[in-house]
Amino acid sequence: MKETARRTHRLSQPALRTLAVVAAAAPLLVSCERPPVALVQNGYRGTAMDQVIDPRLDALKAAANAVPAALPPAPTVGPLAGTIYKNVQVLKDLNVGQFTRVMLSITRWVAPPDQSCGYCHVVGNMASDQRYTKVVARRMLQMVRHINIDWTSHVGATGVTCYTCHRGNVVPQEVWFESPGESAQGGVTAANPNLYSPHATIAGTALPYDPFTAYLLHDQPIRVNATQALPGADGSSLQHTERTYALMMHMSTALGVNCTYCHNTRSMPIWSTSTPKRVTAWYGIRMARELNVDYMESLTRVFPAHRLGVLGDVAKIDCATCHQGVFKPLYGVSMAKDYPELRGPMSTPAPTPAAPAAAATTAAAPPTAALTRP
Amino acid sequence: MAEYQNLFTRVQIRAPAHAGTPLPHGTWDRQGRPFFSHLLGRIGDAQIGPIYLGTTGLLSLVCGFIAFEIIGLNMFAQVHWNPIQFVRMLPWLALEPPSPANGLHLPTLQDGGWWLMAGFFLTSSLLLWWVRMYRRARALGLGTHVAWAFAAAIWLYLVLGIIRPVIMGNFGEAVPFGIFAHLDWVSAFSLRYGNLFYNPFHCLSIAFLYGSALLFAMHGGTILAVSRFGGDREIEQIVDRGTASERAALFWRWTMGFNATMESIHRWAWWFAVLCPLAGGIGILLTGTVVDNWYLWAVKHGVAPMYPHVFAPVVDPATLSGALK
Repeated sequence: MKETARRTHRLSQPALRTLAVVAAAAPLLVSCERPPVALVQNGYRGTAMDQVIDPRLDALKAAANAVPAALPPAPTVGPLAGTIYKNVQVLKDLNVGQFTRVMLSITRWVAPPDQSCGYCHVVGNMASDQRYTKVVARRMLQMVRHINIDWTSHVGATGVTCYTCHRGNVVPQEVWFESPGESAQGGVTAANPNLYSPHATIAGTALPYDPFTAYLLHDQPIRVNATQALPGADGSSLQHTERTYALMMHMSTALGVNCTYCHNTRSMPIWSTSTPKRVTAWYGIRMARELNVDYMESLTRVFPAHRLGVLGDVAKIDCATCHQGVFKPLYGVSMAKDYPELRGPMSTPAPTPAAPAAAATTAAAPPTAALTRP
Repeated sequence: MAEYQNLFTRVQIRAPAHAGTPLPHGTWDRQGRPFFSHLLGRIGDAQIGPIYLGTTGLLSLVCGFIAFEIIGLNMFAQVHWNPIQFVRMLPWLALEPPSPANGLHLPTLQDGGWWLMAGFFLTSSLLLWWVRMYRRARALGLGTHVAWAFAAAIWLYLVLGIIRPVIMGNFGEAVPFGIFAHLDWVSAFSLRYGNLFYNPFHCLSIAFLYGSALLFAMHGGTILAVSRFGGDREIEQIVDRGTASERAALFWRWTMGFNATMESIHRWAWWFAVLCPLAGGIGILLTGTVVDNWYLWAVKHGVAPMYPHVFAPVVDPATLSGALK
């Protein structure tokens, strides 16, 4: 027994050393995700269209994306809020019960607990527009209804509520401001347009760290690839490519997915080999852009200075604002289905989606199972 | 009783340091007092120095130092001369080439001028070092194989940094100096030009890269394995083939039907290593100049296989009538 033990020890010395080296190198092989990770095949076999899922991170994300319980439905009959309360501009179509339910929900989803109604309203004169937060909230309610009615190409039948972005914060945690410019000492030294600090919004890469102003505020062309094999069709620069690449890294991080969630990476630009998710994402970019221009920027003068960026611009929406690291916000659970008040004017049925290939999900599903669905 | 003799030994013998062959008249002296390092002796020769620097070597170091300083000081300025931030941010810091709009005009210092200057000095440094390698080989009466192998690597560097950007008509196509910046550039380059994996010269380059590693392992393994029969006297075995050579040859003939010779294996290794950057450089040179989208090129020539669709057909939403912008 003793002899065996000693021999084992002697033999295992180099083996142990080898094991230590292999163990130290292992994390490098799975590129920064600590093992174990799960792979979900997402495309035709052999095309490596896999989604890497880290069960450890997934558990954390699932906990962070738990959906709060909905308030009990309001009675469908009752006098209209617009006729009872003063200065109701958006939710005029709701009855008093539905109106109160929405107000209570906003209080839970957005307002700080210690301020409650008083965060937006002048207590004692609820009709007053004196507090800027009320003016913002009114515009945001218009935005939520606009998304649920007109952007089914992106949000499907799942829809959105205030909670999709706010998650109990007065300002959603993931917002962006225009970049204050290049990082430079000035004088004759070279500026680095790509550097301010490693930005988590573009996955910590050294790519241009503000792809948002160009693509999610202005409508600069995102596509960079030549549409024919030989030169002559396109002159996109590598710098343009890096900015698009940065936007794509942002989408990947914001949704917690690999490139292959949308693309067959053997050819990023080809639509015929892409997944239907790419169409949804395409509408998402247009949605974020429109919301930033029509809704967020319209509020620039409403916000006090401390809510604005260093350039005096308003906080704006990117993919992470709603998605927050998950491929479907709140793992696709539809809070909006419990809130018909937020789906649009109560009398008018929502129009059907315009997009042909937009994927729509109605039911909640476990994260990994949903990923495997085409 | 036979005595086990092997040149490959961990015994380190200390003798007076060897200064090298006498130098011809009119050249520099060798610099530095030679000394011995036990630890380095475990992986190579225990004698360190003297080194021959020469005019080209000295100029090369000076040029290299200037390039290093231009890059480093510009990076330092980007973190506002904060040494802690410099260390923390080093992987993200970069000296970028001029904007594409600048074309091939002389850029301002801020917009790529420093980059161009750093590139000039780095290129001078590499070329001077190449001259030094060539001349040292000639001075020892050697062939110039190492210098030409180095030239293959310099060819790839020149294609990336100057030849291709000049053909493309702007320095913005060139590689930035920076740790993550040059890696992101590589990805962006492949993304912009439709996936470099469909570039046949990229394929060749990878084949020679992996092939070099394979040949290195096969040759190193073979020689170590036959050193007990004198195979470590590799050079002698080339002219006077002994049992080590015979056994090594037999081993490969048995396992794969063909064997290189003691002499030819070194040509195999040299050509594989040299063809890696040579083919790679051709691949880069053709990208954007002759082929704009390698994937579409591969489809056009029947190289890219088509796979069955597993999703419902996806249509580019921008092509639908009344599409959003």
